[in-house]
Amino acid sequence: MTSENGILAYGAYIPQRRLQRSAIYAANAWFAPGLRGLSAGEKAVASWDEDSITMAVEAARDCLTGLDRAAVSGVTLASTTLPFADRLNAGVVKEALNLADAVGASDQTGSLRAGTSALAQALAGQSGRLCLGADLRKARAASEAELQQGDAAGAILVGQGEVIAKFLGSYSATVDFVDHFRATGEPFDYTWESRWIRDEGYANLLGGAMAAGLAKLGVSGEAIDRALIPIPVRGVPESLARRCKIRPEAVADTLAACVGDSGTAHPLVMLAAALEAASPGEKILLVGFGQGADLLLFETTEALKRLPKRLGVAGHLARARKDANYMRFLFHRGILDMERGMRAEADEKQPGTALYRNRKAVLGLVGGRSKTTGTVQFPKTEISVSPNARAQGDQEDYPLAEKRARITTYTADSLSYSPDPPVYYGAIDFEGGGRLVAEFADCGPEDVEVGREMRMVFRVKAVDELRDFTKYFWKAVPVTSGEA
Amino acid sequence: MPRGIKDKVAILGMGCAKFGERWDKDADQLMVEAFDEAIGDAGIDVSQLDAAWLSVAFDAVNIGPSGIPLATALRLPNVGVTKVENFCASGTEAFRGAVYAVASGAADIALALGVEKLKDTGYGGLPVRTRGTTYDMIGVSGSAPGNFAQLAAAYRSKHGVGKDDLKRAMAHVSVKSHANGARNPKAHLQKAVDMDTVLNAPMIAEPLGLFDCCGVSDGAACAIVTTPEIARSLGKQDIVTVKALQISTSNGWELQANGWDGSYFHTTRIAATKAYEEAGVTKPREQISLMEVHDCFSITELVTMEDLYISKEGEAWKDVLEGFFDADGKVPCQIDGGLKCFGHPIGASGLRMIYENYLQLLGRAGVRQRSTPPVLALSHNLGGSPIQNVSAVAIVGLADA
Repeated sequence: MTSENGILAYGAYIPQRRLQRSAIYAANAWFAPGLRGLSAGEKAVASWDEDSITMAVEAARDCLTGLDRAAVSGVTLASTTLPFADRLNAGVVKEALNLADAVGASDQTGSLRAGTSALAQALAGQSGRLCLGADLRKARAASEAELQQGDAAGAILVGQGEVIAKFLGSYSATVDFVDHFRATGEPFDYTWESRWIRDEGYANLLGGAMAAGLAKLGVSGEAIDRALIPIPVRGVPESLARRCKIRPEAVADTLAACVGDSGTAHPLVMLAAALEAASPGEKILLVGFGQGADLLLFETTEALKRLPKRLGVAGHLARARKDANYMRFLFHRGILDMERGMRAEADEKQPGTALYRNRKAVLGLVGGRSKTTGTVQFPKTEISVSPNARAQGDQEDYPLAEKRARITTYTADSLSYSPDPPVYYGAIDFEGGGRLVAEFADCGPEDVEVGREMRMVFRVKAVDELRDFTKYFWKAVPVTSGEA
Repeated sequence: MPRGIKDKVAILGMGCAKFGERWDKDADQLMVEAFDEAIGDAGIDVSQLDAAWLSVAFDAVNIGPSGIPLATALRLPNVGVTKVENFCASGTEAFRGAVYAVASGAADIALALGVEKLKDTGYGGLPVRTRGTTYDMIGVSGSAPGNFAQLAAAYRSKHGVGKDDLKRAMAHVSVKSHANGARNPKAHLQKAVDMDTVLNAPMIAEPLGLFDCCGVSDGAACAIVTTPEIARSLGKQDIVTVKALQISTSNGWELQANGWDGSYFHTTRIAATKAYEEAGVTKPREQISLMEVHDCFSITELVTMEDLYISKEGEAWKDVLEGFFDADGKVPCQIDGGLKCFGHPIGASGLRMIYENYLQLLGRAGVRQRSTPPVLALSHNLGGSPIQNVSAVAIVGLADA
């Protein structure tokens, strides 16, 4: 039992805002009344300062709750919406997680199946690898996709040892089935007829792959306790399960009503949800679809009960806030060109030299602690800030990202340019020492007061629009009830 | 202990341009406008200037680098011109340069001139600018109101003051300054406002509304300084001397350590303590005749009353509401209208404050003249934000006081 191969931990990230589909429909009904059938429920929408990298970082942190990060010997980030075409996106995640330099990292993309493919490859690789799937989905206004899709990230740490779910095997099939495509550099998908996708894609291609996969894995459909079929189209997972003799009650909720289809991330998010709900000894079948299909089979173990508590899918669903502001959503997606004013014109050029020198502080929120006085500060400096002793050159790395903090001062600034005004910020003091003037994210007027508990999140600080470079840093969010 | 600057340097003449939206003037024309008044007041020729200091904060929308713009605008006789920038305390910094030059004996007569042309940005408030390569990656470049607004939450929390009480006290600060500014022809805003207008104004940065914020304007102000002996030899009868001049600069303690609670200005307390010692002031609440302080925002002025040791800690808001700082109060504050009504052309503001104190001491403030003849006048000029700043305190007074 000591050296099983499988899943060591799971995590998820779902942005806080839930855009009401009824608001999208209400704005577009004059133009596309046929969308009415998709207008129920809500979808998770990332804020202006989130992207696939930041969401992946948050899911990864959730996954690594209570674990030694030295267990991570590699990171894979799967996404079809990576911010950079040529800069290792997983490398930014590695820096944000403050992992050792001696880890591997790779991006996996090209298909919505990239998440399950990354997971299958990591499990075959027999090493401690963090598999992340994240997508910030962008669709044209008044499209079906706009209503169906949502933003999220999932994280699965695989490896050997005391696994919470044993890996029982996988099956893959690859077919160039073009239900939708997006050329390099283009903002939106081009999608073919939904009836054809349902009949040829889901029923025949995916259904066939599921049957073949189960046969190869030597398991009958009846034996599956949780079937994770991330096709958020009403009736499709149920009908696929029926064909494979999977029990109807084993078919997992696709989260279509409350999150939406988060693309590459979705199978991993569903896997996280299944693991947090499962008991030991359950067989979990995970499916990925996109130019073919992946099937992965797991069986949960007793170790599942011992995994430290995390926010997970349930925790993120609990902190959701309803949002009916469709205009803001369009603006944050870059679809609506609003008058931003001259204050938005500030040049955000990032010297690469300075970012490289300061990467631990900027991307990892690593401060310093004086070995002489114990004074904690951010960032590190040659001479300690401590007024009591002039300690020089004696600071050791002191990571602050996982420390809770409390508000010392704050304001809600309506003058500074922000894509989501007013911008909240203030001084926060970390538990155990250290202070930062930080922007507050996911924050409203009821969330700020001196003494309020905050936690740190990795976000987009600014975008250099002249050179298309995204700048990342850490922000503080209010700790909500339920987040112990 | 340094011997200090007390009575070593006299103000020979001062000038102040009309502050406001000077759409038709360039910075060099504003400099000439302030300088003409000062040199006329001093009664000297430009050839008698030995050195000059120029304070400007925003290069990008202004005169550009170096001291050359001042030398050129005034056609100075090729004397050394040093340009200084110390955030919004730049004006007092230029004054310090000139005063120290005279005190050292290196110059007999020196000029300090501050100018700022803020209305070439195209928008209200201060221009957005870089705070340096490292800071820009990890810091919050909030707006000035956003940075100063944070004093309010911390002050309320520390002293148990209700939101409404503090908001009313802040509003009184602005109502008082507007009443004063309405009597000043050089002020940008010359209109009185009432409490309701201030309390119901649009929110700029919680809890600062529009009228809690000072104006933004173009302006210039200058001082010509010399020794008291030279001033007398030039025929001056009433001599105003520098009693104290102190600047305190944050070293990152407020920003990075955990000891500062956000409700006060660490540096102002240090600068004030040193300035009172330098000037021989032991009971500032009784001895200071009037004050011009850095009221960039109403909350800044309010907490500064405590940091200058005029009000007891936690009680400035009561003094404010009781009218202690009104024009007819015990210690008037912003009797000229303050930054609130002059606006804040950064490089000029510190010198504009000293200009009003100088006029008041000499009894030349016209309708604004304080009835009780002032003896010691304090100016406080602040740059940066509460959490990291430069605080300057200058005390000027009658030579024989």
